Amino acid sequence: MPEGVPIEFDGVTKRFGSVAAVSDFSATILPGRVTGFLGPNGAGKTTSLRMLLGLVAPTSGRATIGGRSYAEIERPFATVGAALEAASFHPGRSARDHLRVYAQASSIDARRVDTVLDAVGLTPYAKRRVSGYSLGMRQRLGLATALLGDPGVLVLDEPINGLDPEGIKWIRTFLRSLADEGRTILVSSHLLSEVQQTVDEVLIIAKGRLVHTGPLASLESHAVHQVVVDSPTRPALADALTAAGMEPVPADDGLIVTGAEPDQVGAVAFAARVQLSVLYRRKAASELEDSFLALVGEEGSL
Amino acid sequence: MSAFVPAVRAEFTKTLSTRMWWILAIILVAYVGLLAGGIAFGLGALDASGQDDAPPGPVGMGETVAGIPVDLLAPVVYSLATAVGYVFPALLGAMLVTNEFRHKTLTPTFLATPRRGAVLSAKWVVMFAFGALFGIAALIGTVGLGAAGLTAFGFDPILGESDTWALFGRAVLAMALWALVGVGLGVIVPSQVGSIVIILAFTQFVEPILRLAGGFADWAAQVAQFLPGAASDALVGASIYTVMSGAGSESLDWWQGGLVLLAYAALFTVIGYLANWRRDVT
Repeated sequence: MPEGVPIEFDGVTKRFGSVAAVSDFSATILPGRVTGFLGPNGAGKTTSLRMLLGLVAPTSGRATIGGRSYAEIERPFATVGAALEAASFHPGRSARDHLRVYAQASSIDARRVDTVLDAVGLTPYAKRRVSGYSLGMRQRLGLATALLGDPGVLVLDEPINGLDPEGIKWIRTFLRSLADEGRTILVSSHLLSEVQQTVDEVLIIAKGRLVHTGPLASLESHAVHQVVVDSPTRPALADALTAAGMEPVPADDGLIVTGAEPDQVGAVAFAARVQLSVLYRRKAASELEDSFLALVGEEGSL
Repeated sequence: MSAFVPAVRAEFTKTLSTRMWWILAIILVAYVGLLAGGIAFGLGALDASGQDDAPPGPVGMGETVAGIPVDLLAPVVYSLATAVGYVFPALLGAMLVTNEFRHKTLTPTFLATPRRGAVLSAKWVVMFAFGALFGIAALIGTVGLGAAGLTAFGFDPILGESDTWALFGRAVLAMALWALVGVGLGVIVPSQVGSIVIILAFTQFVEPILRLAGGFADWAAQVAQFLPGAASDALVGASIYTVMSGAGSESLDWWQGGLVLLAYAALFTVIGYLANWRRDVT
């Protein structure tokens, strides 16, 4: 069983001319769990991953895998598997030949080619030229390339992009099982909702800077609370809340108060002698997404 | 070295697993073969008709056909394989490199072999072999049809002479070197369309004109002999261009021609490596 090793970014900075794509980015990604690397498009995710993989030279700082830079790893495919974009294939080459090329380049047993084709479900299309592949099939071929060396570390850039619902379900289960085997899994996405059900840890980057890191649940503490409150005499309640410095917003099911806890709202109503018919903290379905968007700023909605 | 041998194997598979190499090879053989057959038959028919109006060569050169000494007929016809066919290995070499940029396969290539110089060296090794293969294929075309044409009109195809076989060997070497020139050009001009246009424009248009111009002044002839096509013809030792541009043109020795061609390939590759190959792959 391949062993997962930590991925480490240590003060990594990349400037393209005067534009800083990534600024002083430091993070550690541990084995045995799926880490989501999140941020809006253009936040610096792909550049960070390419620096980790030795494809882009950092302006300063250092990114390592198990303590070694990518270039220092002998037969890198056996340690790190990466799938960076869905278009890195010669359209005139079959999936099988594509995998044979990279198996040879990294001294991997040719039998692994059929194994990984099978693992991603491409065996029936293995001899077809890639030009005839759908985006979903290309994603699977990219993943197959990453799995060639049975690596302990997997780095996947937007692997869910272009997959159908069935494919998304499949890749979630697949990544989970790989992490459970003790591998290090780093998955980037610009949509939290896409990976919310897959990741254990999140690493959020915006405008080239790390803005949050921690377990997925840690995002909840950043969520903006909503308290729903209502009264048979709603105008009186609204007045009392406003007087107490809260900003009640009328909605279908009552008044929405943000930035306060239910007990504070209840105390205000009690003091003003307003009867309450409804009082609860809303468990909004979009809570994580909201805090994600709050972290990455307005452009996150793009 | 640990990354180099696997990289060579991968580059062989890359070349063999798309259709380009055999499409180019078929066009090459058909093109130079038909040209050689056509010229051999044409010259033979001209000689047989007794209507050869071209002035005979200098005294002592013996019988000529269309101004070409009879002794040189067979080498000129056979060397069409390189004199005309050299563009094909150059295209193959350039495409092996520019495909990587065009289809963004540099990403998986450099992921598998982070030592980028090893990848480029592997492309040299593989293209040298394919260039040589193209050379053999082209000679099968020109010798097959050319010798048939010469024999039909009573000329000696001189296939039994060791000089002829030495010429074949040098022709194969020239084609192999041209594939390396193509690799170098491909790294300098990563745009596939750009490098193909440059190869076609230079070999089919620019260099023939420059070599023609070289026939008008001594100093120009001194310079023109270092042009890649002229160096290649010097290496092979016979060429329809050399014969056409007359006895006054300068020519390098065969080994000098080979070194000049190798120098072009090395210079292009090193410049391309420094300018483009080491860049960030985004």
